[in-house]
Amino acid sequence: METTLQWLASPGLPHFLIISAMLFGLGLMAVLSKRNVVMVLMGVELILNSANINFIAFSRFTDFSLNGQMIGLFVIIIAAAEAAVALAIILNIYNRFKTINLDEVNLLKG
Amino acid sequence: MELTTLLFYLFALVTVSAATKMVLSKNIVHSAFALMFTLIGIAALYVLLYADFLAATQLLVYVGGILILILFGVMLTSQGHSFSSTTVTVNFVPAMVLSVTVAAILIYAFAATEWTLTEPVERTDTVYDLGMLLMGNYILPFIVVGILLLVAIIGAILMSTRMAAVTGKSSNSLR
Repeated sequence: METTLQWLASPGLPHFLIISAMLFGLGLMAVLSKRNVVMVLMGVELILNSANINFIAFSRFTDFSLNGQMIGLFVIIIAAAEAAVALAIILNIYNRFKTINLDEVNLLKG
Repeated sequence: MELTTLLFYLFALVTVSAATKMVLSKNIVHSAFALMFTLIGIAALYVLLYADFLAATQLLVYVGGILILILFGVMLTSQGHSFSSTTVTVNFVPAMVLSVTVAAILIYAFAATEWTLTEPVERTDTVYDLGMLLMGNYILPFIVVGILLLVAIIGAILMSTRMAAVTGKSSNSLR
């Protein structure tokens, strides 16, 4: 009991990792259960952010030092590029199918 | 209890509860706003991790850029004249089971592992060191990422404008 309270009172590496695990679970849930393409995109952004928290937590608490922050910076840049291209693809899908429901976009189905 | 501990739990609560709201909300605009609070909470967590430059970048790129892009995506793909912004949720229970299982396994692994920790370095700012690294060890990824951004922007513009040209000429023949 005493050690649990002590563990809770000083946020260290595991605390941040646990937050990121929760965010990863919620992002996975959004990707799996939503059928709106924009919602799926938001879930992907949440997953990318949870991975980024891990990198930066490791950069603070281990001898990874600033390399973790550099990788986090590149993750943010690539996420921005991904979001722009994904939005362009979503606009194309909407124009072609007049819907953004993933289950109705089934042209490639055999 | 220290102030940093209190702030950590406050921002962790904001982040996780806003993310939960984002996933469970039926209205996609509400989801986007909940995502905004999640991203702001994550930026605050970065500040607690002594990553001030990354926190500023997170605010600028995510809240100022990607979230606005997502909102534009919502607006441009709203169907018909009536603005229906509800999202369809399928496979709720299997997705819930899978994601809770994955999160539980991850949390167990994170909490049970004995990490080799070093004493945290108390930094005043990280911008100088990050800039030296960016122009030193990381110069090749920096250039590659620049080319990637250029290609992504050209691709996005090409895809959106060609779509407008095609639909302008023959909007009914596609479907």
